[in-house]
This record gives sequence, C-alpha cells and structure tokens, in this order.
Amino acid sequence: MNTSLAVRARDITKCFGDVVALDGIDLDVAPGRIHGLVGPNGAGKTTLLGLMLGLAVADSGTLEILDRPVGRALAAPDGVAGFVDGPGLYPSLTARRNLAALAALRGRDARTAGIDEVLDQVGLTDVADDRVRGFSLGMRQRLGLAAALLTMPRLLVLDEPTNGLDPASKKHVHRVLTRLASGGTAVVISSHRMDDIEALCSEVSILNTGRVVFSGPVDKLSAESGELDYRLVTTDAGTARELALDISGLRLVDEPAAGHRATGEALVVRAAVEALDELVARLVNAGVAVRELSLVISPLEAAFLALTEQQKDNG
Amino acid sequence: MTATIAAPAAAVHRVPVSRGYRFELVKLLSQWRVRLLILASWVVPAVFVAAVSQQSSLPSDTVFGRWMNATGWSGSLVILTFAGTWALPLLVSVVAGDVFAAEDRLGTWRHLLVAIRSPRRIFLAKSLSSLTVILLMVAGLACSSAIAGVLVVGNRSLVGLDGHLLAPGDAAGKVLLAWVCALAPTLALAAIGLLGSVTLGRSPMGLLLPAVVALAMQVAQMLPLPVAVRLALPGYGFIAWRGLFTGPMQLGPLLVSIVVSLLWAVVATGLAYWLFLRRDFTSATYDGSGRRMLTAGVLPLAALLALTIGGLAVAASPARGSGIDQGKLERSLATVYGHLYVVQTEQLHRPAVTEAQLRSSASCDKGGGLEENTGAGNGWRCVVSWHLPGVDAVGQAIYQLDVTPDGRYVADGDGPTQVNGYFVVHTPTGDAPNPLWQLDGNVDLLTATKG
Repeated sequence: MNTSLAVRARDITKCFGDVVALDGIDLDVAPGRIHGLVGPNGAGKTTLLGLMLGLAVADSGTLEILDRPVGRALAAPDGVAGFVDGPGLYPSLTARRNLAALAALRGRDARTAGIDEVLDQVGLTDVADDRVRGFSLGMRQRLGLAAALLTMPRLLVLDEPTNGLDPASKKHVHRVLTRLASGGTAVVISSHRMDDIEALCSEVSILNTGRVVFSGPVDKLSAESGELDYRLVTTDAGTARELALDISGLRLVDEPAAGHRATGEALVVRAAVEALDELVARLVNAGVAVRELSLVISPLEAAFLALTEQQKDNG
Repeated sequence: MTATIAAPAAAVHRVPVSRGYRFELVKLLSQWRVRLLILASWVVPAVFVAAVSQQSSLPSDTVFGRWMNATGWSGSLVILTFAGTWALPLLVSVVAGDVFAAEDRLGTWRHLLVAIRSPRRIFLAKSLSSLTVILLMVAGLACSSAIAGVLVVGNRSLVGLDGHLLAPGDAAGKVLLAWVCALAPTLALAAIGLLGSVTLGRSPMGLLLPAVVALAMQVAQMLPLPVAVRLALPGYGFIAWRGLFTGPMQLGPLLVSIVVSLLWAVVATGLAYWLFLRRDFTSATYDGSGRRMLTAGVLPLAALLALTIGGLAVAASPARGSGIDQGKLERSLATVYGHLYVVQTEQLHRPAVTEAQLRSSASCDKGGGLEENTGAGNGWRCVVSWHLPGVDAVGQAIYQLDVTPDGRYVADGDGPTQVNGYFVVHTPTGDAPNPLWQLDGNVDLLTATKG
C-alpha cells in the first residue's frame, strides 16, 4: 500500500441501473496537491467525488482514502470534508449557527472551534450573523467551504466550488485552497471553469463518459495537445501574415469562423510549439516586433473541447 | 488555519445520537412556524379557556363543555377534545410530517450524511427531536388550559360522565391522565408523519398525511361501524379517555385504544426506519414514491388494521356490534340521573337524599317501538323512575337521547319541567342551568349486555 496518497483509486466502476457512471477509474492524489477533475456533463465527476466523500460505494475496484480502504457507504475516514451538488446549509440558521451546529456535531465547543477564523478566511465575517436564507450562491459556496475547513480536513472534496463567485470572491477561495494545500491537505475539485482549474491545480484528470482520458500535470497536457491556436499581434500584420503562410505546420485560422474575436491587427495561427518558435524567429529577422503572443484557448480547454466534440461526433 | 498531515490516519468516527439530536432540535426550533406553533400551544388554550369560561353560552356540544364555568378542570378537557380533532393532527403534521422532507426540500441530505455518517443515527435523532417538539406542544396545550381554568374558574369539583362529582384533586389527576392517554394516538399520528415524510420526500402529501389520516379516522368514528373497527383505529384514542370520567372507569376501550395506538406507532416508525435505511441518497432531492408508499406503508398498516379488527371481534363478542344497546343506556342514564338528582336537591336546598335512597332506574326505547333497541341515533326515548324517602309515589321523568356511535350521549329533559326543564339554579359558583336539564353520559362499548 502506498502510504503517501490521500486518494488511491484502482479500477473503480459504478453503475446506476443501466447507466455506467464510472468505468474502470484509476486516480492518485498526493497530500498537498490540488487535483482538478474536468469533463463534460455526465462524465462521472460528481459520482467520483461522492465516492471519495463516502456517500456511495463503488460496485467494483478499490478505493483508499487517507490510507484506509473504503468498502461501504458512509465509511469515509475522519479528515475528509467537502460537498457535492452544492453546500448543505440550513437557511433558517445564521452563517455562524450553521458552522456552530456542525462543530457541535463533531463534539467541539462552538467557542473554540475556530468559527471566526474560517469565516474570516472565506471573507464572510461581515455577514456571520445573517441568516443563510438571504445569501447569494457565491456566499453559500464560500460558507460551504468554511464548513469544510472547520473540520481541518486532510482531504477536501469540492464540487464546482467557484460556481457563482465574483472575481474577488474567487480569488479569495483560490487563496484559501492554495494555503490549505501548502499545509499538506489534498484537495480534489471539479469545475467547468478551465481558468480555475489551470490557476489552482497542479494536476488534472479529464473524465469522459466515466473514463479517465487524461491524468497528470497540467503542463503535460500542453505537450500532448499538439497544435494550439495562438493570437499574435505585431507591428506589421501584413508581413506577419505572409511569413506565417510560408511555414509548414502552421496555419492561419479564419477568426470569426473559429469563434474568436477578430481585430484588424491580430492574427490567429494554429501551430505546434516548434512551428510557432520558427514564426517568431522569422518575424524578428524581418524587423517585425511582436507585441502580443497568447494562447487563444488554454491546452486544458482545447483538450476539453476536443473531447466534447469527439463525443458529439460519436453521438 | 493550519491543517497538517502529521496525525495518523483517523478512524471512522461516528457522531453520537445525542449530538445529532441536539442538531435536529436546533434546526426544528429555528423554523419560525415551529416556534409559532409552540408559542400558540402554550398561549391559545389559556386564552380560550379564560374567555369562554366567562361566557354565559358554553360549548355544551363538546364533552364537559357545559361545566366550563363550574370548574377549571373542564376547560382542559374541552381543549383535549378540540386538540384530538384539530390541533394535534395539524401540529404533528407540521413537525413529524416535515422532519425528513425538510432535508429533501433544502437538498441537504448529503451534507447531513457526510456529517453524521449513519442513516440509523440520523433517523433516531430526527424521530426523537420531532417527538420532543410534539411533547412540548402537547404539554403546552394541557398545562396552559388547566392553569388558565384553575386560575379563572377555580379548582373545584368536576361532574363526571356518570354524573358523580369528582373531588378537585381527583379531577386534576384524571385530567392529567386523560392527556397522557391522548399521547398514544398522538404518537401513532407522529409515526404516520415520519412514514409520510420518509416515503413522500418533497411531495406536499407527506406533510399532510397525518392530518388526512386523522380526518379519515374521525369520519370513520362518526359512521355506524362495529366496535371492533372503531377500536382498531388509532384515532379512537382521542375519544377513549372519556372512560376515565365514569364510575367504574371504562378501562376496556381505553386500554385497547392505547395498545392499538402504540402498535400503530411502533409499526409505522419501524416501516419508516426500514424505508429510510434503504433509501438511495445518490440524487440530491427526492420527490417521493407513491408505489413505495403503497407497498411498504399503506399495505402493512392495512394488514395491522385487519388483524386488530379480527382479533377484537374474536376476543370480545360485543365488539362485533355497535356496542350500544338498551340495557347499557338504561343503566348509564339511571346512574347519571341519580347522581345529578342529588346535586339538584342540594342546589334547591331540599332535604338531602342519597343515590341509594333514590333507587333510580330507566326504561329506554328506540324509535317508538318501530326500531330495534340497539345502536346510535337520536330516536332514543327514556323514562327515568326514582323514589323519594317517605313518598310512596314513584317519580318519573322523560329524556330524549342523542346517542353518537362512539358511545357518548346527550339526554335532553322532556318533562316534567319542574324536574328536568330549563330553569336557573343558584349555586355557590353563580347561576347555572338546572343540572337535570341536559345530561352527558358515555356507555362502555366493550362490556357485554346484562339483562
């Protein structure tokens, strides 16, 4: 048994009636890492997170959470916290009372349970004594995170934790999760927001129809993705276009057709990294300055889109 | 916050039921409607008893209603009658009928399961907490009505359902006992509420189930059903406490109703528990399953009902009929009349007599000889006869009886007016109608008819 893993899943299968939700999933999450789960709707993300929380049990395969095999439902060890399908909060209680009730369930004194600290961490100190009934989705998400933090988890499992958050709140949540991970907690999050996953996660698993189609560091995905779309702004768009057409393995993308914002000065090129390097070298040689070179969509998003398109094609 | 991974892998720690219970209580008591209902159950009965006891027109259709300005204890029994009809089914619906469904409505099942990790403990915590709130409400209804009655009207003797006077202490004890007896059918309704809440999820039918069942059982009690069916329904428990206020006490129907109610409570709670442990929590919300309610809820309870009816019909032969007949009514009316004649004699300052000297008897007939002399109805006419010491002539008075299928009757004096007509008598507690004008009585549905 590998004792250094917070989650170790091997060949996990889970069906709901005739529907195969998870089909031979392998997953490793090390302590101190933030692991992202992405995939189209119905890919099995929530089911997998539910298994980690102990809400259900796999039909076959082995799942070890914090070095303990989990063989039956609701037997996830202490140290696991989080939520799936939104945080469970009681609208008739205040934010503080929700947390105090949870602390009391764990047998801790509400005064010493660190409620104020976690409320402060998620930025809800000002509304601590307001009833949750009036909270926005983003506030509920943050309170759900606070509830999870209260238990000092060693594995934190969050389903779409940044849903409904404004940019400032999102930053807040990112900071909390990063700090938690640096303290040694393993974090597994699912999200549809690729920017979140890329900003937060050191590793990512892409799920599609119950299978893991990619698992590893986000950087590795970029190497595996091959050609990507880049947006290029230069001092001389005409020359740049001509130079680009000369390079094999590099294509100009018709911007509106590709769904990108079209501007007169910008080019969108599709290329592997080597071809792009050559284009930049030729531009510099020709005396054309490069003002902006950025990925139109991230490798993760590209992989995600490729998957969903593939799914559509298959469907 | 600093989370570290230095600690060894923690074992699965289960939350004790006591903590879950506290959590459930906090959730229940944080709902404004639950708070409001608790407040209402502690305030409204007191206001009602205080207000109605001062009125000249009293709710004499309700058992003990006509004595509301004679003793403080009757007010609590009037509230008990109303509570059994309206308040308790509704209170139970709001609390027990919602305690599981609330989590469906809020989508918090997964949160609760992750926090407590044991459906068994969640069930126990929820059942116990809703029971606590229901008991708090019943205690409110009982205490506030009794306290208001004693403060406003006074701690005085209560006229029982056989006309005899219960001393204040005895009346207090029996009022308390009556409320305790009414807990049994309340528990049965609460269990039905839990069952509905577990099986029907967010569906509003789950919330309404105890109220609907209670209403159906009340309708059944109004129908001319055999005693076995009547007693096999847990709703009879809200009526059976009347037997405490006769001498001798009608304990047969009371004990049967308590056992039946507790059986329903145990079976319905057991079914709810069984269904809850088998529930699939993979979906966040649950809108209930009508089929499951039918196969695992309605059918077992229907089987319990059928078994109880069969058992009662076999064990007690009077249970096969209406339980109301000429002999029982004659004995009951003669007893009530004898006791209240003594009261009237005292109030009119006549020479004292005792029930033994009066030797009162009654002769009843239903429908003027055209009907069989059994069963409920308002066609009963009785002639009461009595003797006075030193007087040869036998006194006679006529009463028209309205007998309801549950065994209760009201006898309306039909002459001679000097004896049982309407006139005002002066009592130590103020003016009151002639005690022999209208009589309340209750026959024991389970005893065998003698002669």
